[in-house]
Amino acid sequence: MIRKLISNQKNVTIIKNGIKRYSSSSTSFIRPITTLTEEEQLLKESISNYANEKIRPLVKDMDEKSELDKGLLKELFDMNLMGIEISEEYGGAGMNFMSAIIAIEELAKIDPAISVIVDVQNTLVNNCITRYGNTEQKKKYLPMLARNTVGSFCLSEAGSGSDAFALSTRAQQQSDGTFILNGTKQWITNAKEAGIFIIMANVDPSQGYKGITAFIVESNNPGLKIGKKEDKLGIRASSTCEVILDNCIVKETDILGQLGKGYKIAIEGLNEGRIGIAAQMLGLAEGVYESTLPYLMERKQFGKPISEFQGMQFTYADLAIDIEAGKLLTYNAARLQEAGLPFVTEASMAKLHCSRVAEKASSACISMLGGVGFTKEFPAEKFFRDSKVGQIYEGTSNIQLQTIAKAIIKKFKQ
Amino acid sequence: MSLKILVPIKRVVDYAVKIRVKGDKSGVETANVKMSMNPFDEIAVEEAIRIKEKGLAKEIVAVSMGPKTAQESIRTSIAMGADKGIHVETSAELQPLSVAKLLKELVDKEKPNLIILGKQAIDDDCNQTAQMLAGLLNWPQATFASKVDIKDDKVHVTREIDGGLETLSMKLPAVISCDLRLNEPRYAKLQNIMKSKKAELKVETPEGLKVDITSNLKTISVEEPPKRSGGAKVENVEKVVEALKKHALI
Repeated sequence: MIRKLISNQKNVTIIKNGIKRYSSSSTSFIRPITTLTEEEQLLKESISNYANEKIRPLVKDMDEKSELDKGLLKELFDMNLMGIEISEEYGGAGMNFMSAIIAIEELAKIDPAISVIVDVQNTLVNNCITRYGNTEQKKKYLPMLARNTVGSFCLSEAGSGSDAFALSTRAQQQSDGTFILNGTKQWITNAKEAGIFIIMANVDPSQGYKGITAFIVESNNPGLKIGKKEDKLGIRASSTCEVILDNCIVKETDILGQLGKGYKIAIEGLNEGRIGIAAQMLGLAEGVYESTLPYLMERKQFGKPISEFQGMQFTYADLAIDIEAGKLLTYNAARLQEAGLPFVTEASMAKLHCSRVAEKASSACISMLGGVGFTKEFPAEKFFRDSKVGQIYEGTSNIQLQTIAKAIIKKFKQ
Repeated sequence: MSLKILVPIKRVVDYAVKIRVKGDKSGVETANVKMSMNPFDEIAVEEAIRIKEKGLAKEIVAVSMGPKTAQESIRTSIAMGADKGIHVETSAELQPLSVAKLLKELVDKEKPNLIILGKQAIDDDCNQTAQMLAGLLNWPQATFASKVDIKDDKVHVTREIDGGLETLSMKLPAVISCDLRLNEPRYAKLQNIMKSKKAELKVETPEGLKVDITSNLKTISVEEPPKRSGGAKVENVEKVVEALKKHALI
């Protein structure tokens, strides 16, 4: 049987530059997972130049002041970086998911805080509206999100973090059909700048998670207030605030998706988001690595560059492997998503691995740099601070491990 | 007025790359080296786009010459805002005179009324193509532009010269070469990156254009500048003066 299968294939061995290449058909090779299309390559270069020339000079100041540079946000919109996947008819760039991933990675190489602004907008908010929004909602909100309005995804609460379904924000339907939202959302990324909020609230707690419903609320709604802004360890240029809903009145038409189906949005919306965070953490690791290695080649101790000592070599060679593995996991998860194949487990693996590598790489880079690494003269300490959140948001590391374990149980349990 | 602008661009080793000479001293290593559009040419593309945005031009054509990879730079300029591209494909090393001759042929075909290009490429620093092209076309030229102003059928170009600023007035058609301070090139918008793939890109060859690109120059050897030998520390001003006198510098 196998013999027959083999003989049926058009097997061709091609010898090029002295290297034998085997292909099951004469015209197509399986490309490496890191292969980018022409547009993706152009996008990567353009964003890399932009990040190096325009963002890099602002990073230190934004981190110190814990504030996003105003001009920067406008530039991100002008370049279509806030609407990468939104189709052209709604004013977006109409690009693929991988393009968003590349953009997030390239930005994180310079500033993971700017990267997360682009990440949440594209992989979470835009994605949710595109996927679950009805035609009117898409027509209204996608052009705003693509051109000038930041979006926030509001799920977490003081008593509901990893246990997302325990959220206590209530949505009570009135006799006129409107809903009144009450509750406080915590640790909401980009809330200070946001004009559009996706709010998870329970319409009927007796139904448990099946009461959870997603609402679209605009910042000009008098019932929505931005509370305390958190003073954070890292990604300080990206705001993280409380979002307070105090008798916030919304219409029935503001429900995103279906009544009682918000839990699906909460879970599924984060699946792509995790590949985004993986890309952010991958970019962070690459950024700290690339900003450290040249110094190791120059810094001399005991009469030679410290990069020539075996102890150093083993450290930076090891990191290079971790980073490469992270890249393959992230790119593969993104391509699976694009191909319409299951990717949830792979997304969790990528997010978990890359967030670990980000912390490991930035910590090791500080050690390799020595004294200067501990100072703010080098970016390593900031990357180190920025890395921690990767293991916390959009599902903690333990939640990722659970997701992965569930898939393994499903496969092996009889 | 509706101009057609031709912008010749060159693909060069990226400005941030540390240049290495090939082992056989035949030239600079370009294998596995990051390549980009010549920065002066980026300024030229930007200027053309700004003229178009003012409503003074209807079309911008980016031209590049060299191996197939030159098309990447053409795509970059289309992603910035150029309308279409022409690639003159050749694996031969092109000297400025050959480039100018090829451009002249393209000008005869495309009939632009303005040519804007970088004053020089950062790889060979020749600074000759614009001037040679203007000569071949018998068009007026303004080199090292730091400001370009188009009014009616005239173009006013401010140039940085040793004594200060000089402003020239030229009749169109004309050739302008750009200096560093003319503008700050934009970053490609993602929407334009998507459009760049669909934009027209014509491929020509020197043979097809009937231009002899044989070079009259032969590169004998390319070498790195001598490494700076370490200096010496001196204790006081007298020693400095002594050292300067010794080397006949004062």
